[in-house]
Amino acid sequence: MSKVIELTGVSKSFGGLKVIDDVSFAVPKGSRTALIGPNGAGKSTVFNLISGVYPIDTGRINALDQDITHMSVAHRVAHGVARSFQNIRLMPHLSTVENVMLGEHHLSSPWALARGARASERARAALADAGLGTYPGQVVADLPYGIQKRIEVVRAIMAQPQILLLDEPAAGLNHVETDELRRLLERLSERGITLLVVEHDMPFVRTLCNHVVVLNFGKKIFEGTPEAVHRDPGVLEAYLGTPARTGGGHAA
Amino acid sequence: MSGYISGLLAMLAINIIIAYSVFVPASAGLLNLGAAGFVLVGAYSAGALTMLWEVPLWLAVPSGAVAAGLVAFLIAFPILRTRGIYMVLATFAFAEVVAGVLINIPALGGAAGLSVMAYAGLPVVAPAAVGVVCFVAWLMATRFGLSVRAIHDDENVAHLFGVHLRMTQVVALTIGGAIGGLGGGLLVHQFNFIDVQSTGAMFSIYVLLYVLMGGTQTVWGPLFGAFFFTLVPEALRKLSEQDPSLKFLEGGRYIVFGLAVVLLMMWRPQGVVTRTMLENLRSSLRGDKVAPTGGGRA
Repeated sequence: MSKVIELTGVSKSFGGLKVIDDVSFAVPKGSRTALIGPNGAGKSTVFNLISGVYPIDTGRINALDQDITHMSVAHRVAHGVARSFQNIRLMPHLSTVENVMLGEHHLSSPWALARGARASERARAALADAGLGTYPGQVVADLPYGIQKRIEVVRAIMAQPQILLLDEPAAGLNHVETDELRRLLERLSERGITLLVVEHDMPFVRTLCNHVVVLNFGKKIFEGTPEAVHRDPGVLEAYLGTPARTGGGHAA
Repeated sequence: MSGYISGLLAMLAINIIIAYSVFVPASAGLLNLGAAGFVLVGAYSAGALTMLWEVPLWLAVPSGAVAAGLVAFLIAFPILRTRGIYMVLATFAFAEVVAGVLINIPALGGAAGLSVMAYAGLPVVAPAAVGVVCFVAWLMATRFGLSVRAIHDDENVAHLFGVHLRMTQVVALTIGGAIGGLGGGLLVHQFNFIDVQSTGAMFSIYVLLYVLMGGTQTVWGPLFGAFFFTLVPEALRKLSEQDPSLKFLEGGRYIVFGLAVVLLMMWRPQGVVTRTMLENLRSSLRGDKVAPTGGGRA
């Protein structure tokens, strides 16, 4: 299977603290890859490195057969890499539909109208597809957390990415919202979008993802299937803090 | 219409235009405390054209706007290297430099100011104000307007979604400067005079207050601010003339006005007109269930 993202020997330090240490892994095309690990493992930093928020110190990042290590942040979304954030980063003064339209900024002329039903047709359709069709005109700052969280995912989808980076998309969602999100992501995956998901909700990861990468203290400690991750002694030690004596159990 | 009313309306129209010169960059999170600088460039350029070269008004005023826009474009690059309060100070310093240069040009009247013969009047100024409001409303309804407002809210995320920060901010500052220049060109031909002293720091502060008090979230905020700042002091003065018991307002109306500003800032720090407010208003008019109010940050 071809790779849509490949990190090779990537390292990142903040001052004297090395938060990503020689990490290499690949995300297969069309896969639903989970990037998991305990708090502080460096998962969000990896997202920030792939999306260009932070420059990398050493190593190389390839995306869609092109070296994007030094590609500008604004060009990465046009290259096919879009993301959501761990903490909601919607535009609080924009309406729901305007926030979502921002996702397709690179696809439209700056002088095209952004108001009115015709101008926002695609955004409204994407919101409806995600079960959020009743909130297009509302200012997002006034909406509940769970809805804001899903709007962020829809905004990233609007960028028409080939690779979607989702940083804890299910955090703070209730069971119903989580199920809706899973179905939405499954539909995206069926359309050929590769998903790279940072998530602490292990049942969500198990049911959604088919490939798992585990980080701990900035190093990759596991890469494989969701079934195998629960049996890996290194992963169990990272999560439970003691050397594993038995197999089985759940990492989380 | 009496001369007083037409003069007041012309002043209101000019204030509206100048308020929008600050609003456009403010929508992108760029606080401009140098509105007077762009107004002066536009006023002296247009005034010099009509006075020294007898260029017709219809050509001189837009030329003043172009001159101010050009200056705004050129200074945008160094100004955008600064952030926050330093950017505010940089725009303030720009206005002071413009004033310093103009006051030392004898051909333009120097410290005595520039007198011009051509007169604009309400029939010129009012349509210009309507045109500026319509233009800015259209601008903010485009994808460019959306990206400007996105930068205001979170420039890092806007950048991640492909918004070119520097270019968008330069364009916003340039458009704002050109609108300020237009306001200046009209100002000098409305009063047939302009000088540097009366178009200084206080002028810039007032214009910034129009926008911040009116609100930067919607295109209607500066309109409210300009109306409030132009008409309320005049209304208080009129009251003091008509009612002897309110005589104290004649000299003390700015105290009352200042208190009103402080109270408004306490009550609506995000500005009087907000997106949430307009959305709730629209919902009420449509008979929808009204969304919970928030207002959000300024």
